[in-house]
Amino acid sequence: MPGLVSPDGALELAPGVHWIGALDPTLRSFDIILKTANGTSYNAYCVRGSAGVAVIDTVKESFGDTFFRRLESVADYGEIRAIVLNHLEPDHSGALPELLRRAPGARLYISSRGQVMLKGLLHGDRLAFTPVQTGDGIDLGDRHLRFLQTPYLHWPDTQCTWLEEEGFLFSGDVFGCHFCDARMFNDAVGDFRFSFEYYYAHIMRPFRAHVLEALELIEPLPLKLIAPAHGPILRDAPGRYVARYRELSASGLKNEAADEKTLLVFYLSAYGNTRAMAEAVATGAEAAGGVRVSLYDIEGGEVSPFVDLIEEADGLVFGSPTINGDAVKPVWDLLSSLTAVNIAGKLGAAFGSYGWSGEAVPMVENRLRGLKLRVPVPGVRARLIPTGAELDECRELGRNLALHLTGRMAATTIDMAALA
Amino acid sequence: MPKAKVTFQDVGVTVTVPAGTRLIEVSEKVGAGITYGCREGECCTCLTRIVSGHEHLAPPSVLEDQVLKDNLAPRHHRLACQAQVLGGEIVVKPA
Repeated sequence: MPGLVSPDGALELAPGVHWIGALDPTLRSFDIILKTANGTSYNAYCVRGSAGVAVIDTVKESFGDTFFRRLESVADYGEIRAIVLNHLEPDHSGALPELLRRAPGARLYISSRGQVMLKGLLHGDRLAFTPVQTGDGIDLGDRHLRFLQTPYLHWPDTQCTWLEEEGFLFSGDVFGCHFCDARMFNDAVGDFRFSFEYYYAHIMRPFRAHVLEALELIEPLPLKLIAPAHGPILRDAPGRYVARYRELSASGLKNEAADEKTLLVFYLSAYGNTRAMAEAVATGAEAAGGVRVSLYDIEGGEVSPFVDLIEEADGLVFGSPTINGDAVKPVWDLLSSLTAVNIAGKLGAAFGSYGWSGEAVPMVENRLRGLKLRVPVPGVRARLIPTGAELDECRELGRNLALHLTGRMAATTIDMAALA
Repeated sequence: MPKAKVTFQDVGVTVTVPAGTRLIEVSEKVGAGITYGCREGECCTCLTRIVSGHEHLAPPSVLEDQVLKDNLAPRHHRLACQAQVLGGEIVVKPA
């Protein structure tokens, strides 16, 4: 088939610019969290300038032989002046130790935030490298590389490298996907749209605020090609993929109450007791005003749309009965599905009915803290059927959450000794 | 023992603490949005903006200073797991 990358050869992107990565068509699960229906590729690149050669990224360690054969087909190790790692995760840095051994004259360039990770990966205290920031670059004579720091896409260390003269962006994991096709270019490979979207949803979505910051750096570039670290090389209409990232990083749902804070009350209830508490929390929040309150029985919903709602909400309250000393499974299922969205800093709280011990509320509160929510209002627990006074406490909980969300909570001063 | 006042601006709570207290000892108990990773001054997860009163915190250790630099922390930002209160009034919020 024309255009297929050969087993050992490099693939030319432009004269003196080559793909030298590796294909992994049999991989079906990546980093535990991602499915890969037809494998993936570990993309590495080689850029030749009049004053030397730069290698951009390497491959997973077990694919080193292929990588080195491809590299040797376009450059001698003595010519390599620079090794750039756009991202230090082992699927890109696995062949680095061997590359450094073979090319002792090369200088390693990583983002300034990657220094701690490099030590953790290579355990080499005397390893020489240059930490870089946005605007720093490498002069290869007639070609120049410039670095763009894109932290948290999807690790703190991630960066992109821009080849000015060609208009090529070596983008690391950004704009990548797990899709393995030896035809390599986006206008030649099979339909990989679902892989692109799936990759964004699982890898980039938790960091969408950082995606928007990175796009401010990327969008002004006169892009002719995007060369990501996984999946097809985007030579046909690369700007379309940049635009898609901007679309995906915007709110997925339109909030009709855009000016109002939003509070979601989730609950499960076996006998209606925790439901009664949920309704009281919602009533209290509603009565405080300025907050759009929504009440959901988790038993009647699917996790995925709830996750979408949670991503957009300002405050979250979870009501769970205590059964055998624990919160109930659907609550944990929802709370364990939130790693794909950024919920840090949102307001959180818990409540619930119990029979004799009532562990669910503090356990859920601790989980919310672990998810980096603020939990300033203590939860409410009621033994079996909530009394009128306990329902009043629930209304007060809702009211206080609404006041926190709208910045109307009265400032308080307490002594440290009073904190449990 | 000398006392200090630390205000966690995101939850509107001021806590009176003895000198020597680290921010980590208080912030979680009041439900503030400062979050922690390693709790040992290495990961920078608990980066905190010192809105006012930064001069009332003990100066950063060499290690904390390096972590702040490595992570390009802006001026008047500290690691809540490391920053120790000396006295006076301090206002903080998550970075």
